[in-house]
Amino acid sequence: MTEQPIHLRIRRQDRPDSAPYWQEFAIPGRSDHNIVSLLMALRENPVTVSGQRVDPVVWEHNCMEEVCGACALLINGVPRPSCSALVAELEQPIRLEPLPKFPVVRDLLVDRRRIDQGLKQVKAWIKIDGVWDTHEGAPRIGPSEWAANYLYSRCMSCGCCMAACPQFGTDSDFLGPAPLAQVRLMNAHPTGRYDKTERLHAIMADGGLSDCGNAQNCVRVCPKEIPLTTAIGELGRQTTVQLLKDIFGPR
Amino acid sequence: MSKPNVIVIGGGLGGLWATLRIAHAGFPVELFSLFEVKRSHSVCAQGGINAVLDSKGQHDSIRQHIIDTVKGGEYLANQPPVKAMCEDAPGLIRTFERMGVTFSRTSEGLLDQRLFGGVKNKRTCFAGASTGQQLLYGVDQQVRRLESEDKVVKHEWWEFLSLLLDADGVCRGIVAMDLKSLEVRAFAADAIVVASGGMGQLYAPKSTTSTNSTGAAASRCYRQGAWMANAEFFQFHPTAMMGHDKNRLMSEAARGEGGRIWVPKTPGDRRPPKTIPESERFYFLEEFFPAYGNTVARDEAARAIWTVTRQMGLGIGGDGGDRVYLDLTHLDAAFIGARLGAILEIYRKFAGVDPMTEPMEIFPAAHYGMGGLWVDFERSADGGIQPDSPRNHATNIPGLYACGECDYAYHGANRLGANSLLSASYSGRIAGESVVSYLKGLASDGASLAPEIPQAEVARQQAINADLMRADGADTPYLIQKELGALMTAKVGVVRSNPELESAVGELQVLRDRLRNARLGESSTWSNQSLAFARQLGDMIELAGVVARGALARDECRGAHYKPAFRIPIPEGKFAGDPEFETYRARWHANNAQWLKTTIAEHTEDGPRLSYQEVDLSVYPPTEPRDYR
Ligand SMILES: Cc1cc2nc3c(=O)[nH]c(=O)nc-3n(C[C@H](O)[C@H](O)[C@H](O)COP(=O)(O)OP(=O)(O)OC[C@H]3O[C@@H](n4cnc5c(N)ncnc54)[C@H](O)[C@@H]3O)c2cc1C
Ligand code: SF4
Ligand code: SF4
Ligand code: FES
Repeated sequence: MTEQPIHLRIRRQDRPDSAPYWQEFAIPGRSDHNIVSLLMALRENPVTVSGQRVDPVVWEHNCMEEVCGACALLINGVPRPSCSALVAELEQPIRLEPLPKFPVVRDLLVDRRRIDQGLKQVKAWIKIDGVWDTHEGAPRIGPSEWAANYLYSRCMSCGCCMAACPQFGTDSDFLGPAPLAQVRLMNAHPTGRYDKTERLHAIMADGGLSDCGNAQNCVRVCPKEIPLTTAIGELGRQTTVQLLKDIFGPR
Repeated sequence: MSKPNVIVIGGGLGGLWATLRIAHAGFPVELFSLFEVKRSHSVCAQGGINAVLDSKGQHDSIRQHIIDTVKGGEYLANQPPVKAMCEDAPGLIRTFERMGVTFSRTSEGLLDQRLFGGVKNKRTCFAGASTGQQLLYGVDQQVRRLESEDKVVKHEWWEFLSLLLDADGVCRGIVAMDLKSLEVRAFAADAIVVASGGMGQLYAPKSTTSTNSTGAAASRCYRQGAWMANAEFFQFHPTAMMGHDKNRLMSEAARGEGGRIWVPKTPGDRRPPKTIPESERFYFLEEFFPAYGNTVARDEAARAIWTVTRQMGLGIGGDGGDRVYLDLTHLDAAFIGARLGAILEIYRKFAGVDPMTEPMEIFPAAHYGMGGLWVDFERSADGGIQPDSPRNHATNIPGLYACGECDYAYHGANRLGANSLLSASYSGRIAGESVVSYLKGLASDGASLAPEIPQAEVARQQAINADLMRADGADTPYLIQKELGALMTAKVGVVRSNPELESAVGELQVLRDRLRNARLGESSTWSNQSLAFARQLGDMIELAGVVARGALARDECRGAHYKPAFRIPIPEGKFAGDPEFETYRARWHANNAQWLKTTIAEHTEDGPRLSYQEVDLSVYPPTEPRDYR
């Protein structure tokens, strides 16, 4: 593999409240580079195509194995993790922008705390008595049920699905697909189901499930292939049942 | 006096477990992390976590888990903590299970277990191919719940810079930096737990770890008086796939299923691998180890690759030709697809090349720092550790605790696959219990920290920032880190020699001087990542010095530390009773008497001062040399 200049157009922003601007770079690299390794090469010598020395580009990355979820960007207009985006697959010049819908901190770094807030809102956890051993064996979960749950447990809060969702955004209080899918996961757990009602009420409130317009953008971009719309569908049935219970039945 | 509070540094498995344990005991916890805790390096682990559940009809026993761990670490681990860890492992798994971790299941709906490197029994619990991620999320969710109950406060995107020690040398808080505003601030606490993870980045990019596994936080504690132990022991994984950013792990399974490792016989042969005829390929593992061939143990494979690339000059690829081929292309595609699907996928995804049609390029990569901050333990009457003793996981600085990969205990954990997730989780919980006991024992009229101390320390840290911002030398920190990684990989790597280690110590000094004059290349006071990185790099160079000095001093071969000049080979064809074998046995005992010790490094201005400490061998003493013939 020989080195060739790789063209990058990067949208930059110095501060959360300052105006964005574009810069263009040509970095010698090979086609087995990914976007994270290119940005690493760039920070060693951040000079634009017009020869101007600029500040190194700020972005977030950790694992470089597509499992920590930190490095998601808008790459050629598509939200995706940058560590698994190979240069060879991308049309040049490669356009890098911060993940939309989340406040920009600087350059390509965004603040995704809203995902975390969403997880709190829907109580995405199993209530346990304490972190000591209770000497109880594990509750049984059959292999097919396990397989369905496992899909959802891989969500790495990268935010790609939220970035792609037309209903999620700074002006809307929609929770977004990722926290919703966690409700599906927690409600299916043998202990987690004890708090099912509470979680369902959380997503029946404003900003909850009914804000989803079913545009299906989220599933298309999820790098972990999490069946978000399937979860949303299942939750729709669960909330309907819950609604009837709320009206007629005992809780 | 208000309720004592605790600071935990690090939100990987170790830090989150400690946080949970302390918060559940009713003490407020402030948790610091460089980024959102669920992005911690712990998510990278795929393989699994060990616990003897004996669910496979193999009569597996906790005793055997202890022995495997002790032997895996070539007797360097203090045995009471190892015993206690192995005994607690099943309970830990049950607790994870209750948290909702999606462990893989058998057809009966029970926890499944599989076989993992270095052991004979199926003892490894796993969650698909993402065990670390699932375990971390289990504890992360619990911490989020406590956070919503105001029992835990998270400071994400805050970097720990230094400890606040009072006049008696007791740890009373920390100084940390907001990575966005670069504000430097002091935080008081009655006890501190460091759980800052490993230091694989000393070898970057030839490391399998996340970019944040720099060891900088542990190095900062070391500089302030905490001891480092066994830093020279670094595990290298033989088959990592190359990358510009890092090396990704290629599971041992690729060799197990029939993968062959080779290089072209002619140095510098640039032909595409598929066009090189069989007769011109050197299948060196098969030649060096006729009995085991490609499935030879991790250490041996890593050393053989080293010999072929570094000493024989036969490596392929750029960068001085340091890679070899791991070839699966001769195998049946359907078989390989079914057995190795997950790892083939990783290679395809990250190298853009299909390992079914092209041989993979691999290299032994730095994987796990087995040394770290020294921590204490209190032995119990039954030979384990005393529950709730405030000594467990305490560093030598009063009030400072360490757990997870940044501490040195449970040595051998990672030479036995799937033991490090266990040790990170277990040690986190124990450190948490220990801190709770420490807090309960604190005198209620505990003198508070004189205000001058945090003020002075904040000012000192701000001055370091200002100096770095002003410096205008020739190198950028990123270039210096590249050189650090190359130096460590070349001279403090898989195979070591004293002349090379000595030269490494000298070169590290040069890197340190160059860093002092480096140029950040930016002066922004908002989210200046170069500044944070330059600071970490200084601490990494310091730590690299401890690794190199420790390796230089240790004239023997033990586990991950290998110096051929001091090898004591088993005489070929000789067995117990033969005079040659008895001479060997005597040398083995003599070597143990000198070197079966914990290396302790203490910081001084002139570099680390080394001393050695006895290992507690009370559970399973080494009486006979290992002999696997
Ligand atoms: C590729 C790979 C695969 C692995 N697979 C396995 C496996 O299958 N089984 C197994 O048992 N082990 C495995 N391991 C090892 C295991 O993953 C680690 O040993 C373990 O996860 C370490 O956990 P930890 O909590 O100590 O640290 P980490 O998870 O690394 O967490 C460190 C934390 O410290 C924080 N931090 C660091 N410095 C600072 C600072 N200055 N200020 C504030 N916060 C700071 C970070 O933000 C982070 O939250 C693997 C390792 C690698 C590299
Ligand atoms: S299906 Fe719902 S959650 Fe998904 S993108 Fe569309 S609106 Fe958003
Ligand atoms: S659901 Fe998928 S896209 Fe959305 S945050 Fe999780 S991993 Fe990312
Ligand atoms: S760096 Fe972790 S997902 Fe890309």
